[in-house]
Amino acid sequence: MTQAQLEIQLIAATVAAACALPGVFLVLRRVSLMSDAISHAILPGLVLAFFVTEDLASPLLIVAAAATGVLTVVLIEALNRTGRVKEDAAIGLVFPLLFSIGVILIARFASGVHLDVDAVLLGELAFAPFNRFVVGGTDLGPQALWVMGPILALNLAFLAVFFKEIKLSTFDAGLAAALGFAPGALHYGLMALVSVTAVGAFDAVGSVLVVALMIAPPATAYLLTDRLTTMLGLSALVGVASAVGGYWAAHALDTSIAGAMATGCGVLFALAFAFAPERGMVAMARRRCAQRRSFAEKMLAVHLLHHENTPQEDRECRVPHLQEHLRWTHDFARLAVDAAERDGYVLRRADRLALTASGRVYAQESMVD
Amino acid sequence: MDLFHDLFFDYTLRTVALGAATLGIVSGSLGTYAVLRGQSLLGDAVSHAALPGIALAFMLTGSKAPLVLVVGAALAGWVGTLAVMAIVRRSRIPFDAALGIVLSVFFGFGLVLLVVIQRLPGGNQAGLDKFLFGQAAALVTRDVAVMAVLGAAALGAALVFWKEFKLLAFDEEFGAALGLPMRRLDVALTTLLVIAIVIGLQTVGVVLMSAMLIAPASSARQWTDRLGLMMGLAAFFGALAGVSGAVLSATTEHLPTGPTIVLCAGVLVVVSLGLAPRRGLVAAWLRARRNRTNLREIGVLEDLYTLALQHPDDPYHPHPVATLQTMTARPESVTPGLDALAERRLVEPRDEGWALTEQGLSAARVFARYVKEEV
Repeated sequence: MTQAQLEIQLIAATVAAACALPGVFLVLRRVSLMSDAISHAILPGLVLAFFVTEDLASPLLIVAAAATGVLTVVLIEALNRTGRVKEDAAIGLVFPLLFSIGVILIARFASGVHLDVDAVLLGELAFAPFNRFVVGGTDLGPQALWVMGPILALNLAFLAVFFKEIKLSTFDAGLAAALGFAPGALHYGLMALVSVTAVGAFDAVGSVLVVALMIAPPATAYLLTDRLTTMLGLSALVGVASAVGGYWAAHALDTSIAGAMATGCGVLFALAFAFAPERGMVAMARRRCAQRRSFAEKMLAVHLLHHENTPQEDRECRVPHLQEHLRWTHDFARLAVDAAERDGYVLRRADRLALTASGRVYAQESMVD
Repeated sequence: MDLFHDLFFDYTLRTVALGAATLGIVSGSLGTYAVLRGQSLLGDAVSHAALPGIALAFMLTGSKAPLVLVVGAALAGWVGTLAVMAIVRRSRIPFDAALGIVLSVFFGFGLVLLVVIQRLPGGNQAGLDKFLFGQAAALVTRDVAVMAVLGAAALGAALVFWKEFKLLAFDEEFGAALGLPMRRLDVALTTLLVIAIVIGLQTVGVVLMSAMLIAPASSARQWTDRLGLMMGLAAFFGALAGVSGAVLSATTEHLPTGPTIVLCAGVLVVVSLGLAPRRGLVAAWLRARRNRTNLREIGVLEDLYTLALQHPDDPYHPHPVATLQTMTARPESVTPGLDALAERRLVEPRDEGWALTEQGLSAARVFARYVKEEV
């Protein structure tokens, strides 16, 4: 592994972790697409700040873009409050408009500068190590790391300081407001954080894939846990894993690193969606299956109890009759009888079924529930 | 006049304007349903999800024919939509997060494929990346023909299933109760939406396509409460934005077409939000002001009526302004209120002050009864 490769992975991992932390709250507060809106809408702010400073590395760019991000949120909410436009439509109106303004500004006044739309949308991680942070002739490492590192630290600090407030306002906004926790200020604080993170990540992975890093890892973690702190840790872990995995996949296929990172996020999400221990598709299917079987056993036991010692007993308590009476298919009836026999509720002699003592108790208990 | 001449006879401008108009009509009218059903951002997800479809279609067929790429885009967009629905139905991930995941992951995967194509020996991706940002200027007659045929088919289907889709948008349960297959209709309408999106990708690009669905429909919504009219207006606004954006960008240097079209659509939204007759913000503000003034006048009239009740033998007894001013929390509103009432002949000035007229007395009685009932 060369130094450049190591640096790229380090940058990718930092970006992923920095994005995942505020992303957790976007997912939980059901404002995920604000990340999409903000990451696109900050473009005009970035361009205008660039006209002022004429320096792509200036920290003023980050400040201006963050301000534009918050402005986007304010605009969307103002539009929504007029009552003329639903919230999702408001998002869909505001960010393409701001993005268009940004693209037009670049095309008219900044064509030929490094700031082109390709770079904004797609980013290019592979070139990140070439951009060095040099102070007084000493090389201190890639610039991207010096941008994203502090942003990650900022996110961590924000969460550490306001953890209880943001947790409460996320899960119970009403109570947070009643206790005087200023959920409005927290909301805008969070949005400012998302904006700053998006600007920083922008350069590395582009504006569309910022969305992947902000939403997919937290959503993956959301399928795996019910605890907020665990979710935060898991999200960062999933983000870093898809960043590093994505890097090596892109290396093997000689393709876009950012794209491969996003694909990695998708793969991890799909895995969690299928195999999460509690909420995965497989776990749910197995649970449903088990429920169906246990319900069938109950039905069978109750049926046998009902006809026990009656004149119809001989006719009713036979396996083929179950198909008719309980509308079970042949296979399902056999499955249910097998299960009940295994659990010791039912004895079978040829086709004839009889309850055991424990089966009788089980049937009676089932009817009480 | 040169502009009109060019619009009809300049090949590039005519093609671009026609393409943009087609796109505007189709996305505007079908976007109506997206906006009404609260699925505005589904369009954003679909347009991003279309990217890997375009790349795969090219990789599998080696062709860059518009129809091949559009079919690939539509299939991928469709798969993306189904993925969103599956995630929402089968897990606790909310709708917006599902959209975000599908949008960005599909786009990322599309990017991976595009770069792979670019590095294939012999294969160049030139022409594929115009789907990313849209390149209206590169439209040729064949592209416009594909757009027009697909768009007409989608619009035709929307007209055939007019009442079914209307039910889907406004009262799904009622439709289900009538025995209509609402789930299948939902899939059908979403498919039409996917078609509307993919035919626009080449012109305005992945990022801006969602605005072409939402903006014309949101503008039209402000002008009317009827579905048919809203759809027609949305188609008109879409076409207007498309053509004016195309013309503006063709006649101005360094003005990219896609963003200009979106900007024009945005202007239409702002104008509609402001100036629409009933829902418009200006109209609403005027209405609120008129209500406020009316209420103030009624207040003065009622005060005068209260005073008149003190003189059962002469209800038309005049009272000085100063007396009326002591009766209200807003003394400054008394004189303008009296003037306005006098204009409507409900009160009249006398030497000793103001008095109710016969009309004013009966009007005040009506209001007084109304207020009492309300209380």
